[in-house]
Amino acid sequence: MGILQVFADWLTYSVLGIAHDSLLAGAVDFFIFDTLKIVILLSVIIFSVSVIRSFLPPEKIRTILSHKNTYTGNVVASLLGIITPFCSCSAIPLFLGFVQAGVPLGTTFSFLVASPMINEVALVLLLGMFGWKIAALYIVSGLGIAIVAGVVLDRMKVEDLVEPFVYQNTISGSVAMPEMSWEERFAYAREYTLDIVKNVWLYVVIGIGVGAWIHGYVPADFLARYAGSGTWYAVPLAVLIGIPLYSNAAGVIPLVSALTEKGVAMGTTLAFMMAVTALSLPEFMILKKVMKPRLIMIFAGVVGTGILFTGYLFNWML
Amino acid sequence: MKETPQIEVLGTGCATCRKLHEITQKAADELWLGVSVAYVTDVQRIIAMGLMQSPVLAINGKPVLVGFTPDIEKIKKIIQAHI
Repeated sequence: MGILQVFADWLTYSVLGIAHDSLLAGAVDFFIFDTLKIVILLSVIIFSVSVIRSFLPPEKIRTILSHKNTYTGNVVASLLGIITPFCSCSAIPLFLGFVQAGVPLGTTFSFLVASPMINEVALVLLLGMFGWKIAALYIVSGLGIAIVAGVVLDRMKVEDLVEPFVYQNTISGSVAMPEMSWEERFAYAREYTLDIVKNVWLYVVIGIGVGAWIHGYVPADFLARYAGSGTWYAVPLAVLIGIPLYSNAAGVIPLVSALTEKGVAMGTTLAFMMAVTALSLPEFMILKKVMKPRLIMIFAGVVGTGILFTGYLFNWML
Repeated sequence: MKETPQIEVLGTGCATCRKLHEITQKAADELWLGVSVAYVTDVQRIIAMGLMQSPVLAINGKPVLVGFTPDIEKIKKIIQAHI
């Protein structure tokens, strides 16, 4: 990271010729450094996760999960959800594939919560903008929410709220996935990484750009009065705002990191980011194909409660 | 003469799936196969193949590419290897 800072300083002061110690210099330096850092982190981490994932596609994960009992199943499902990318276009096949192969509904829900919430793009941005401690806190509490939500939904016996056609088909056994060589794994990882970076870079640049502006121009503690840990309604408000922002997770995190600097409490920030990734309106619309609206509400309610709890807990602790 | 291969893209109607269908059709045209690539949105077909990701590229009913959209050259290679 040292070389990056030298490069960002050089661009800001020597190439662009911005005066030292000016507000603009601070903002520009911050912008260049953070953009480079995030793009490099995104490429390295997504590539590595993709290689690991090529060994553990959802089809193999299903075989693992169909042999686990309830609690172990919830834990394993949540952990495996971390490495699985979650595109809302795969929500239905994942749900049907799990349930029809006999994976318990609660275990399936644990996976459905963890997979989008703990995704590699969010992790890279948390790591880059907040440091490893906050990133680790996010992973651990995200896993906690996924496990508990799955167990709670399992206890609620919500099977009758799943569309009946889901249970009319059953599938068994493992499937012959196209076999991959190392060369193919690397090619897959490269293509996947390029695809993600292409899709998110603009959001990242805009998010960091606005963040850099806030960093340079907004007075410190400006937001503490409205969104500090003493404001009780900040957490639920942050969660509500987060629900429609799913596709912009990449741009939201750098922005939020700047807001945290200006006085938004850490628990509120974590709750907001979890709402952005885990509670997604488009995903709920898609899930209507396989579950009754009431189940979607219960699902969102259970996960939302977990997020609120996490937000208040960290506002109180940190 | 060889039998006409049956090339299908199975997806849930999302952008990635539509893109794979588009590129596959183009690949088939460039290989002079003279086939029309089917676009199947019946998710149960994906499940019945034992798969859980979309999109899927299937040739003669066998999945040959699962879960992502590579570039056209790679798709041509896959098609040539399986027909």
